[in-house]
Amino acid sequence: MPHRIINWIDQRFPLTSFVKHELTGYPTPRNLSYWWNFGFLAGFVLMLQVATGIFLAMHYKADVALSFDSIQHIMRDVNYGWLLRYLHSTGASAFFFVIFIHMARTLYYGSYRAPRELLWWTGQGLLLLLMGTAFMGYLLPWGQMSFWGATVITNLFRATPFIGDEVVIWLRGDYTVGDATLTRFFALHYLFPFLIIGAVIVHLVALHTVKSSNPSGINLQDKDNIPFHPYFTIKDLYGLGLFLMLYSVFVFFMPDSLIEPANNIPANPMVTPNHIVPEWYFLPFYAILRSVPNMVGGVVAMGVSVLIFAFMPYLDRSRIPGGAHYRPMFRGLFYFFAIDMGVLGYIGYIPPTDQSILIGQVATFIYFTLFLLLPFLSKFEERWLMKRGLTPEIEALIASEAKEISEKRSKR
Amino acid sequence: MVTEALNDGDRRNFLIKLTSVVGGAGVAATCVPFVASMNPSSDVLAKAETEVDLTNITPGGMHTVAWQGKPVFILHRTPEQIKASTESNGGLQPEADSNRVQKPEWLVVIGVCTHMGCVPNKEGPGWECHCHGSQYDDSGRVIRGPAPKNLEVPPYRFVADNKIVIGKA
Repeated sequence: MPHRIINWIDQRFPLTSFVKHELTGYPTPRNLSYWWNFGFLAGFVLMLQVATGIFLAMHYKADVALSFDSIQHIMRDVNYGWLLRYLHSTGASAFFFVIFIHMARTLYYGSYRAPRELLWWTGQGLLLLLMGTAFMGYLLPWGQMSFWGATVITNLFRATPFIGDEVVIWLRGDYTVGDATLTRFFALHYLFPFLIIGAVIVHLVALHTVKSSNPSGINLQDKDNIPFHPYFTIKDLYGLGLFLMLYSVFVFFMPDSLIEPANNIPANPMVTPNHIVPEWYFLPFYAILRSVPNMVGGVVAMGVSVLIFAFMPYLDRSRIPGGAHYRPMFRGLFYFFAIDMGVLGYIGYIPPTDQSILIGQVATFIYFTLFLLLPFLSKFEERWLMKRGLTPEIEALIASEAKEISEKRSKR
Repeated sequence: MVTEALNDGDRRNFLIKLTSVVGGAGVAATCVPFVASMNPSSDVLAKAETEVDLTNITPGGMHTVAWQGKPVFILHRTPEQIKASTESNGGLQPEADSNRVQKPEWLVVIGVCTHMGCVPNKEGPGWECHCHGSQYDDSGRVIRGPAPKNLEVPPYRFVADNKIVIGKA
C-alpha cells in the first residue's frame, strides 16, 4: 500500500528521485572534516530561532508602553517562557558563532573560488539578512541597550548623500526611535527569517549545482564521493550533539552572560548609558566604525568591511588547490586576520580612550591591508611554490583533476 | 489591412515598450503609499512644539526637556561661561557664539550628538559624548571628533522674559 501511494505521487511529483538525488544519495566528498558540519548547524539554529520566535511572538507586545513588561511577563508568568526566551536570545549568538566558523572554513580552504563564487555570494547575502534580523530583534525588549543600539545604527543612514536626515526619519517613522520604530522592527523581524529561508534554498540549489568543496581543494573524482545518507547524516548528527551540549551550557547555566546588564533598564530617550556596546558579533565592525575619525568615512569603512568578503574570489589569484592547507603564506595571512578580528572585537568592547582608538585604527588599517595585499601575495606565493616544486601529493591531486576534466570532455 | 498591422514589427516593438513603461510607472506609483506610510504619522507630527518655563533654572544650571521626543539642553550660562564661549569660535565647525544664542545667558541646543545620536553628558566645561568620545564646549560647538558638526540649535522664540517655545522661530 505505501508503495502504491509513493508510485501515485511519483507520477505527479518527482518525490523519490528528488530525495534520492538531493538528499540520501547526494554525492558528498568522502574526505570532509568536521569543519564541514557548520552549514548544517546554521540550518538547525535557523529552525530553532523560527520555532522559538513564533512562540515568543504569541506573548510579546510591540508597544513602547508594554514591550519591556511583556518580556518580564514571558520570563515570570508564561509556562516555560524563560526557556523560550533564553533559547532565542542564546540562539542569536549561536547563529553568529556557527556562521563565523562556516565563513572561516570557507576562507581557510578557499571554498569561495571558482566555480563556487555564487555560492559564496548567496552566503554573503545571508550574512547581511542575518545581521539585519539580529539588529531588529535586539530592539524588541525595549531596554536601554535596545534603544540606543537602534538609535546609533539608524543614525548611520545619515551618511546617505543629500537626503540623509529624511532617510533616518523615514526609517524610524518618528524624529527619534519610538513606537513607530518598534512596531515596524517587530513586523520586519518576523518577516526576515522567511526571507532567510528563501535565500537558504537558493544557497542550497547553488551548492547542489557545484557540489561541496573539500579539504583537498580540488573537485574529486566520482569514486571519491559517497552518498550523503548514512555517512554524513550521522556525522552531522554527531556534530549537532556536541553543539547542543555547548549551547545548553549557555542556555541553562549562563543565559545572561550574552545579555548586556544595561538592557534590564527600560529605554530612556533622555539618557544615554555611559558605555554602549553592540552584541559581541557586531563588535569588530563597530570598532572599525569608531576608528575612522570622519563620520561618513566610518560608516563607509564599516559597510566595506562586511562587503569586502564578496571580492575574495577575485582577490585570491592563486591556482594552488587546497586553500590554506597547501599555502603557507595564505595560511599566515588567515591566522593574522583572525587575530586582527579578535583585537578589533576587544577594542569595540572597551570604552574609547586615546590609546584604544589608536590600537583600533592600526587594527582597522591591517584589516583592509590584508585584503588589498592578497592579489599580490597570492600570485607571488603561487610562483614561489611552483618554483620550489609542489609536493607529489599536490601534483597527484592536480593531475587527477585534469584527467577527470579531460575524460568528461571526451564523453561529451 | 489587419494582416499588415500584425506584420509590422516596429509597431509591435513600440507597443511592447509603451506597455512596459506604463506598467512600470504603475508599479512605481503603487509603491508610493507603502513607502509614505513609513514616514512620521500625523500624531507624531503633532508633537512639534514644546513650551518651557525658565524661572527655575539657576545660573550655571541646565535643564533637559523633550521636544519631538529628542532631548533639548537649556543651559543658563554664567558670565564666565559666556566670556569663554564668545572668546573662541569653537573647533571643528567654527561659528560665533552670537549666532547660536538669542540671549547670551540662555543656550538652547538639541542634546543629540551629531555623530551617532547619543545624548552627551554635561561634564566640566561643555558636554562629552560617551558613545564615541566627542566633546562640545559651552556653546554646543564640537571641539573633538568624531562628531562632524556643532550641536544643533532648534528653532525657538521667547514668548515672555522667562518662557520659550521650541519648535517655531
